[in-house]
Amino acid sequence: MNKTLLYGILIAGTIIAPFILPDYRTQLATMWLMIIVALTWDMTGGQMGYNSLGNIFFYGTGMYVAAVVGISLAYNVADYTNAAGGGIYKFTDGQYFGGIFLGSIAAGLFCAACAVIIGWITFGLRGPYFAIGTLGVAIAAGELVSNWDWVGGGQGIALPVYPGDFNIGKIFFYFLFAGLGCAVFIFVKWLYSTRFGAAMNAIRDDEEKAEAMGIHTLRYKLIAWAMAAFFVGIAGAISAFQLIHFEPLETAYQTINLGIFMVVCVLLGGKGTLWGPVIGAIMFHVFKEVTWNYLLGWQWVALGALIVVTVVYFQDGVMGWLMLKRPEWFGMKVEQKTASAEAVK
Amino acid sequence: MNKIIEVKDVSKSYGGVVANKDISIEVQEGGITGLIGPNGSGKTTLFNSIVGYHPIDGGSIKFQNQEISKLQVQDIARLGLLRTFQQTRIYGAMDCVQNMLISLPHRKMSLNDMFSRNTKADYEKADRLLEFVGLYEKRFLRSGSLSFGQQKLLEFAMALMNEPTVLLLDEPTAGINPTLINGLIDRLRRANTEFGITLFIIEHNMRVIMNMADKMYCLAHGELLAEGTPDEIQNDQRVIDAYLGAH
Amino acid sequence: MDQVLGNIDLLFQFPVVNVKILMDGLMIGALFAVAAYGLALVWGVMNVKNLAQGDFVIAGGYVSWWLAQKGLPPLLGVPIAFIVLWGVGWVLYKLVISRVIGRDLFTSLLATFGIAIMIAQILNLIFGSDTQSIKLPYDTLYFFDGFVDVPIAKLIGVIMAATLATGVVVFMKKSRMGQAIRATAQDPRAARVMGIDTEKVYAFTFSLNSAICGAAGAIIVMVWLIQPFYGITYSIRSFVIVTAAGLGNLPGVIAAGLGIGALEQYGAHIFGIGYQQAVAVLLLLLVLLVRLAQQRRNRQVLQ
Repeated sequence: MNKTLLYGILIAGTIIAPFILPDYRTQLATMWLMIIVALTWDMTGGQMGYNSLGNIFFYGTGMYVAAVVGISLAYNVADYTNAAGGGIYKFTDGQYFGGIFLGSIAAGLFCAACAVIIGWITFGLRGPYFAIGTLGVAIAAGELVSNWDWVGGGQGIALPVYPGDFNIGKIFFYFLFAGLGCAVFIFVKWLYSTRFGAAMNAIRDDEEKAEAMGIHTLRYKLIAWAMAAFFVGIAGAISAFQLIHFEPLETAYQTINLGIFMVVCVLLGGKGTLWGPVIGAIMFHVFKEVTWNYLLGWQWVALGALIVVTVVYFQDGVMGWLMLKRPEWFGMKVEQKTASAEAVK
Repeated sequence: MNKIIEVKDVSKSYGGVVANKDISIEVQEGGITGLIGPNGSGKTTLFNSIVGYHPIDGGSIKFQNQEISKLQVQDIARLGLLRTFQQTRIYGAMDCVQNMLISLPHRKMSLNDMFSRNTKADYEKADRLLEFVGLYEKRFLRSGSLSFGQQKLLEFAMALMNEPTVLLLDEPTAGINPTLINGLIDRLRRANTEFGITLFIIEHNMRVIMNMADKMYCLAHGELLAEGTPDEIQNDQRVIDAYLGAH
Repeated sequence: MDQVLGNIDLLFQFPVVNVKILMDGLMIGALFAVAAYGLALVWGVMNVKNLAQGDFVIAGGYVSWWLAQKGLPPLLGVPIAFIVLWGVGWVLYKLVISRVIGRDLFTSLLATFGIAIMIAQILNLIFGSDTQSIKLPYDTLYFFDGFVDVPIAKLIGVIMAATLATGVVVFMKKSRMGQAIRATAQDPRAARVMGIDTEKVYAFTFSLNSAICGAAGAIIVMVWLIQPFYGITYSIRSFVIVTAAGLGNLPGVIAAGLGIGALEQYGAHIFGIGYQQAVAVLLLLLVLLVRLAQQRRNRQVLQ
């Protein structure tokens, strides 16, 4: 009963937030983006023990796939991205919204397929090799795309602006992100309750044992990463239309930007928990928005320091800390349960 | 009875050390086969070769007439050939019931089974098997906090949960309280008769293995020294020499 | 595509072009090998995968560059960068690394990634994001009718790299500290029991590593370009080399370093200079794949 109330309040808050904080609509949308990437990062990082540093690859790829699909509904992509052409390109409402819809689906599916292919290569790698291998994939993708003229090369792609009122557009994107975020949350909540979720945890705790017990570890890892990639790809697709213009290295494959933020969010909130990534993402985003402008150019140094401090001193995050202080909140009543079991006997 | 595991002329050496040399053994379906030998005679190496932890230098290993010496660990496990570890391996951060539920035979699951929650029957089965090994009272404890012997029993229960065709046990009684050993022998026998699991056991405790096995092999210095029924092995002068010589 | 084919064609029509590419690649590869040796050292001794490796290199380069701007002879920058980065490494060890040793590997990886971001950003704030290099006042030697040019500065760089590497290797083999480091690498607990202060060994090893990187960076700034954000590529190159060669395999590290240098130059020649970073990263993936296939044959995984 208590839980229903909590979820009710959260949903109500989500819906009214952009209306009571009209100046912060874009920031709120970005917060949802953080929640999405943190939750999906935790699927492999926290729950399965495979710490990817390359999930940003799916974000960038989602952006490009969505942009290409969205543009090709109306125009030839090569003409469109050729800035020297100087043509004026107009999109009808149908083309615009159709582009977002089809682009998102295409981005999700394409990224899931990429995850299977890349994962098939990199999931043979354990621990640090996996992290470095995936980081390598993300960096290489950024470099290659910025040399690829068909998608605009280093200039990136400019997409049409939201047709209609500017503020309605902000609300529109807020709800796209919020909806996707809620969907991801519900999805992972369900996923972690299934046998699949248990197998993911088994892989994290002792992969060799899981293999010896006949769990098809590679298949499980691929499915899990493909699911994460699907959602990140869609998030990238929405971002592409929200940002209007994006570049390959600074925006799409932003390895040390969003790519590392998602890891920090999860670590701050608590790895391998359901709520940890959400709490961490909100904390990190608020912290970042509040302090960023006061750090006078030193914000990136502060980010590096934050990573180091979090990793070294606060690795279990908020949820881990809470579990230590208030284990009863998490149903860890080991003593009582044993006692009652013995009493029954 | 037909042979379910057939090891033929298997050799394995690490660098210059020959751990196994031209070893041929057979495990009969439905039986209990024992493998003994002094320390360092290559028993665990042979186990690891069978379940796929390292490549073998020569020879062939067949499980149900299928060559498995080139397969990976998980492929072999999915055929229903399971092993327990000498140093137990359990998921220490989870409680016993979670450990059991993860050990459900994933090889038999469809996609639909995989993405559904554990059924009531699964929980009941977990409880039943935990009771079978005598860990029912401890089932909500973090498995990492159990004693070594209890962890060993848990690992055995997890293996049973997985419904294997053949179970390879690496020293099941090592580290177990001597007063519990009789109970363990009984459970191993029942696993064999009631659950129909073929057992292949490495064991140092002669009393245990002589009591259970219907066929035994003795290794020494990486070579097969003797084979036969427990009685034959017990009276084999070479086996006695090997054990005395090793001490 | 046509251009790529044309570039490949060029290699066959004018074989001397190969000589030039190989010379360039081997010279720069020698410096990669030095940085990779440092990584292998830290990796092997304290099991820390240092993602800030490349940023130490770049930091060393900036130390030397800054001194050269102040009028010091550039060659003096190498020992000074060695000493300065030794200090940096020691401080970082005491503040961060000492607390991540023995924890899970992702912790050390992420902590050093944080350090990498900090170093790169600090360099960017102090020195700006332009590429920098030091021009040495030496001639260039020409071979093959001027097709192959070898600046004497680069030769000096290679010689210094070789000297540095030899010095470190001899130190590891002969000195007491070197022996203590090798003992700790094999079994830290046994080393502690035998009275080796492993904490001191770790601090020394990490400082030595960053000092080696700093010296390598000071050489690189004389023969190539540096920029605050080039660090990550050097880190990845070091990982490629160590992964390809394996730990504790000095000839392997040298061979892999030279090989990576040459392959990168070929990649840059064939695909264009814009792909140089991408080639470095793709080499990493390639090496990982090959190692993976090897391990799979051994029924093992890469850990």
